[in-house]
Amino acid sequence: MVEKSDIRVVRCGGSKINLRPSVFSTDSRFVLCASGDSVKVYSTRTEECLHSLQGHTNQVTGITLNPANHLQVYSCSADGTVKLWDFIDGILIKTFIIGYPVFAICVSEKHEGIIFLQLSMATNSKSECLQLVAVHLPKSAEQEVEAKELSAVCSHISSNPSCTALGRGGEFIAFARHLQLNVYFFRKQKTYSFSLQATDKKGAKNAFTCVACHPTDDCIATGHEDGKIRLWRNFNQKKEYTYSTLHWHHNAVNTLCFTPEGTHLLSGGIESVLVQWKYGADNKKELLPRLGGAILHIAASSDGQLFCTSHSDNKLTVIESNFKVCGVIQGLVKGDDVLTDLMIDPRSKALVLNGRPGHLQFYSLLRDKHLYNLDIVQQEYIYEAGLDQFEVVKAVFDIKGSWLATVEERGRKSSDLEFFLKLWAYDEKTQSFVLNTTITAAHTDRIISMCFSSSEETTMLVTTAEDGQFKAWCQGADADTQQDQNFWSCDFVGSYHNLKPTNCSFSADSSLLAVSFQEVITIWSPETWEMLTTLCQPPGEIRDLCFGRLSCSKYLLSTTNRNLCCWNLLTCALEWSTSVEVSKLQPDPLSENVAAFSYQSKHTDLFVFKPSEPRPLFTHKNVCSEKVHRAVFVPQEEPLNNCDESSQWLNRSQLYFLTQNMDLLTFNQATEEDRMLSSSKRLVIDDSVAVTPFYLLLGKHRQQQQNLNTPSYTGADKPQQPQGSATIKELLHTPAHVLPAASVLCSMFVNSLLISKTGVREEMESSEQEMDSEKEEEDSEEEMEACDSQQELRAQGSVDEVTPKLSKAQEKELKRVRKTDFSWMTGLIDSKP
Amino acid sequence: MASFKPTKVQVLPKLGEKVTEDTLYWRNYKSPVQMKEFGAVKKIDFSPLPPHNYAVTASTRVHIYGPHSQEPIQSFTRFRDTAYCGTFRGDGKLLVTGSEEGLIRLFDVSGRVALRQFSGHSKAVRVTSFLSDGLRVVSGSDDMTCRVWDIPSGAELKTFTEHTDYVRALAPSKLNPDLFVTGSYDHTVKMFDMRSGSSLLTMQHGYPVECVLLYPSEALLVSTGGRYVKIWDLLKGGQELVSLKNHHKTVTCACLSTVDNKLLTGSLDRHIKVYNSSYKVVHDFDYDTSILSMAIAPHDEVIAVGMTNGVLSVRHRKHKKVNETLTSRRRRGPSYRVFVKGKNFVPRQDDFLVSKPVKEYLQKHDKQLKSFEVSKALDTALQIWGRTNKPEVTVAVIMEINRRGTLKNALAGRDEQSLSKILNFVLKHIFDPRFSQPMIMVGDIIVDLYKEVIPQSPSVERLLQRLMDVLGGETELQHELLQVLGILDTLFASLTPRKEVAALAAPPVDQGSQLQAA
Repeated sequence: MVEKSDIRVVRCGGSKINLRPSVFSTDSRFVLCASGDSVKVYSTRTEECLHSLQGHTNQVTGITLNPANHLQVYSCSADGTVKLWDFIDGILIKTFIIGYPVFAICVSEKHEGIIFLQLSMATNSKSECLQLVAVHLPKSAEQEVEAKELSAVCSHISSNPSCTALGRGGEFIAFARHLQLNVYFFRKQKTYSFSLQATDKKGAKNAFTCVACHPTDDCIATGHEDGKIRLWRNFNQKKEYTYSTLHWHHNAVNTLCFTPEGTHLLSGGIESVLVQWKYGADNKKELLPRLGGAILHIAASSDGQLFCTSHSDNKLTVIESNFKVCGVIQGLVKGDDVLTDLMIDPRSKALVLNGRPGHLQFYSLLRDKHLYNLDIVQQEYIYEAGLDQFEVVKAVFDIKGSWLATVEERGRKSSDLEFFLKLWAYDEKTQSFVLNTTITAAHTDRIISMCFSSSEETTMLVTTAEDGQFKAWCQGADADTQQDQNFWSCDFVGSYHNLKPTNCSFSADSSLLAVSFQEVITIWSPETWEMLTTLCQPPGEIRDLCFGRLSCSKYLLSTTNRNLCCWNLLTCALEWSTSVEVSKLQPDPLSENVAAFSYQSKHTDLFVFKPSEPRPLFTHKNVCSEKVHRAVFVPQEEPLNNCDESSQWLNRSQLYFLTQNMDLLTFNQATEEDRMLSSSKRLVIDDSVAVTPFYLLLGKHRQQQQNLNTPSYTGADKPQQPQGSATIKELLHTPAHVLPAASVLCSMFVNSLLISKTGVREEMESSEQEMDSEKEEEDSEEEMEACDSQQELRAQGSVDEVTPKLSKAQEKELKRVRKTDFSWMTGLIDSKP
Repeated sequence: MASFKPTKVQVLPKLGEKVTEDTLYWRNYKSPVQMKEFGAVKKIDFSPLPPHNYAVTASTRVHIYGPHSQEPIQSFTRFRDTAYCGTFRGDGKLLVTGSEEGLIRLFDVSGRVALRQFSGHSKAVRVTSFLSDGLRVVSGSDDMTCRVWDIPSGAELKTFTEHTDYVRALAPSKLNPDLFVTGSYDHTVKMFDMRSGSSLLTMQHGYPVECVLLYPSEALLVSTGGRYVKIWDLLKGGQELVSLKNHHKTVTCACLSTVDNKLLTGSLDRHIKVYNSSYKVVHDFDYDTSILSMAIAPHDEVIAVGMTNGVLSVRHRKHKKVNETLTSRRRRGPSYRVFVKGKNFVPRQDDFLVSKPVKEYLQKHDKQLKSFEVSKALDTALQIWGRTNKPEVTVAVIMEINRRGTLKNALAGRDEQSLSKILNFVLKHIFDPRFSQPMIMVGDIIVDLYKEVIPQSPSVERLLQRLMDVLGGETELQHELLQVLGILDTLFASLTPRKEVAALAAPPVDQGSQLQAA
């Protein structure tokens, strides 16, 4: 098959925003964070994303404000560049090419023109051999500069960037590794190192986990594996150093942060409790519990009014200094593993997967925004390492999105497994899912798969479990408990030779249920619960099972670790099969197409085909280097109309998939991407207006109005705007500090307005009309009507010879008219009624 | 930030029948008082006069008991052979009995000697009764005849010979003094009229009829026989209305409750079933041996049941005591007005409302869990159990502590008293299928923790010994149940037609899970 170059694999949204500490702007209106290969600027008030600073080609590994200009930000990336941005306007100012992957960045006011980077210089780039390097930034006007002046400060530093901190305005730098704390004084060019014993008497672990330096005092705070915080003083000599210990955390301290004035020390760890220690009064502390996931980083704004904590569940929390949470910026939570499948909520078209522990998250792929979390487990989550707690492992929507079934599980590692099957009904009033039924012992062993019937009228849930049974659940009265009608109860229990049922699937019209038992597929009729037939597979356990859709609904596809088979259910015979190892089979709900990901020789290929013929419609070799286990077809917002055979499958829905490295990727067409880009450009925020939901609402409305107005003009009319507008726009949109002097601009501005007379007039009119609201159009219509009535009046007047008040000109006209013959007119009037 | 989520108490549905008003009504009887008679109790009849004494016919005697007496207050013993069917007259002054030798005797309730003796039947007279005018006696006999006798003269008025087998059931009409219904072993139920001298209606019951019963309206007739209870509509000329098959042995007796006219049937299968007006079984009384006779007192005050082994079992209705102490014990708290003070204020139109955050109220054990005091939380939960006797909350707290991985800590370091409290809780609920899992876990941990020091405390040791005993018993029971399951499986396998083996593979499993649940 021909591989089409215009369909590409694109990384889409949902990247980590908690990798590195976020940074507040000096006026604490914005918070910046590294997110995948871009830097995102969020408003602290509204939690909306203002800009996404895109330009890096690899993971952004650090951001810091430019100490010389607080409206600029440095960002470093694993692609070996450091970029300087204007984050208010989202403009790239400069790129410094370092040449080695950079892992962290820090700057200080004292060291002007120097940035400290953590690099891995060694060719065998093991994360253990990191070096701290001071880089002199060359001063040149070019956009891209190669920074060559590198000077190593120290080598063999910890791979954890929070183990390195610049102290007291950049006088010294403290870095810890394992059990050793080193302090390097720039002026003396001397390193002092202090080490701790591996373990103390009680067997606690003393390794350093993070370092923070007091902004004004000579004090270094270090966090340790065992949850202790040590405050080091007198470290500028070898012998007489002292330290005091603070202990509240019961697990490793992940991060430490001094407030800008140095009055408080903030610490956080896996407990998800933000602890504020009063500096100087060591035992006075304030706690803010239950923030979400484990705290990874803490940042404080320069005025000390806001703190921002990054959490392990891909979340930023903005906290006021009086310990009140004032904002939450939530990214897509991917955790270590997606236990549920990727799903699409049929109502909101949002991507649904398990997010925070015990929750399902709804994520809008289109806006790349987290919508909401649905609490499934409804239990207090205890943040403690190694604790086995309930997690959502399965979830499935019915076809209309009015029912949701979830399975939560606990104790998968130990022998005593606990799990619950829960059914949620969509409540129109609250616009969310409400718990309807909890089934405590749905099966005697864990549930492997489940699916809803796809018919519109009756909903039925089928679950298969490791105890060798599959059960059908229906909404209705239970004979045993005699409960009300709207609860779910078991309708049928089926098994086949005590084999383990692995997959189940309903046909498109729900008239058939296919359940695979290891190597055998059984077909059941859900009406009568009669087993209709069995299909015996070529050897190998069945991994995936799905029915074809629409015109291909007579086909049943199944995959084993070696084969992909297509059965014709009318003849109950094998239609075709190919030997390919399919790791994920995903049917498109809106078309006949089925996507199959196959993993062979260390890379994944994608085949898109129709079940009716074994020839793939589209093939994409080497999609990614990992296995693909989760994929989903997301309905397109508006169907595209590609005629090209290879890209036709993208018309109705878009394919998203998740690799083993938890990257969310999608297939995109180049043209479509351009369209998306242009649309996103149009949405770029006007200057510094804070993006509030209200603003978005207004913006949308305005857009709609424009859309309403534009159809009256053909596409060619569009560029007929005042010629000066481009210049004016440029003038208005360029930030003031970048603009040349006003005297230079003046003539330009005036010139832009000076355009030949006629042209201006017409264009002004046209532009006015364009700007006209509908109201004015109505006005003009009224005018037209008024004219009409006058004319009528005139005509009538001529007949009845009754002359109301008329102007002289009109009288003259009348006289002139009277002379003319009007016999034809009378005839016309007579005929009228 | 996110508030503390309180412990979720799971309310699991209880398997078994649903508790309805009927169940509550019929359950509201005291435990039965048992009296031993000399032979099988064949007939019980309540006197229509208060205090509603009842005559019990057993062997060669008829005893009359007072409503609360354990000893007979009166007895008629001058029978040469077995007496049958001691029945009161409508005014409760006379009693008629049949007997094995074919004589019918009429007694004054206060006297001892028979007032009249009607002779004419050639075989045992099994059923006797007064017609509703109180001047005539009707009898049914094993000589296949029914006869009507005049009390004043002692003469036989009429003989009906339409039955072709023993007449074993009789019910005179209360509304018309000339009508009565008989049931016979010839599988028919007949209605006779004194005036015409022949049967008006004949209904085929299909089994030997043991008992007939007329509804007070006399539009409906109940006949029992075999395993069936049949209801006939007399106004439609004896059409069968419904046929009930709820007993699995012969239904020997039936009666109507005086409140709501609920039908009760007793059977040789040792059960009395209570039906509602749509003839669904709403309640079930279980007795030790096969039931022969049954009667219910006016206002359903007493249910008397006679059994084949000569035991008379009497249940009295419980009455709600108007408990004065209860009302006085109620704590006098602040009045309602105090609590709603200021809460029912309606803001005026231009008032600016400042909403106060609603304070979240946590249960005591939740508060303790919130501050990670698991041991105290467990104590609190056990106190709740002690107070309310409901294990759900306690089990929920135990599960929650286990989920936090600190159940061991919560159970450790306890003294004898608190430990025996936990053990008592475990003992009580370890066999409840809803709670057995956590209870077993708790038991395991306790044994692990305290195995060194258990001998020091005799009370704890005793509790553990008891736990061991009941567990042994339970495992044996489970073993037997599994055997039954195996038998059922083979039965179902042999019953299932050959071709539908796969489709019907499920039912035995289903049956099995129900058994396990039971």
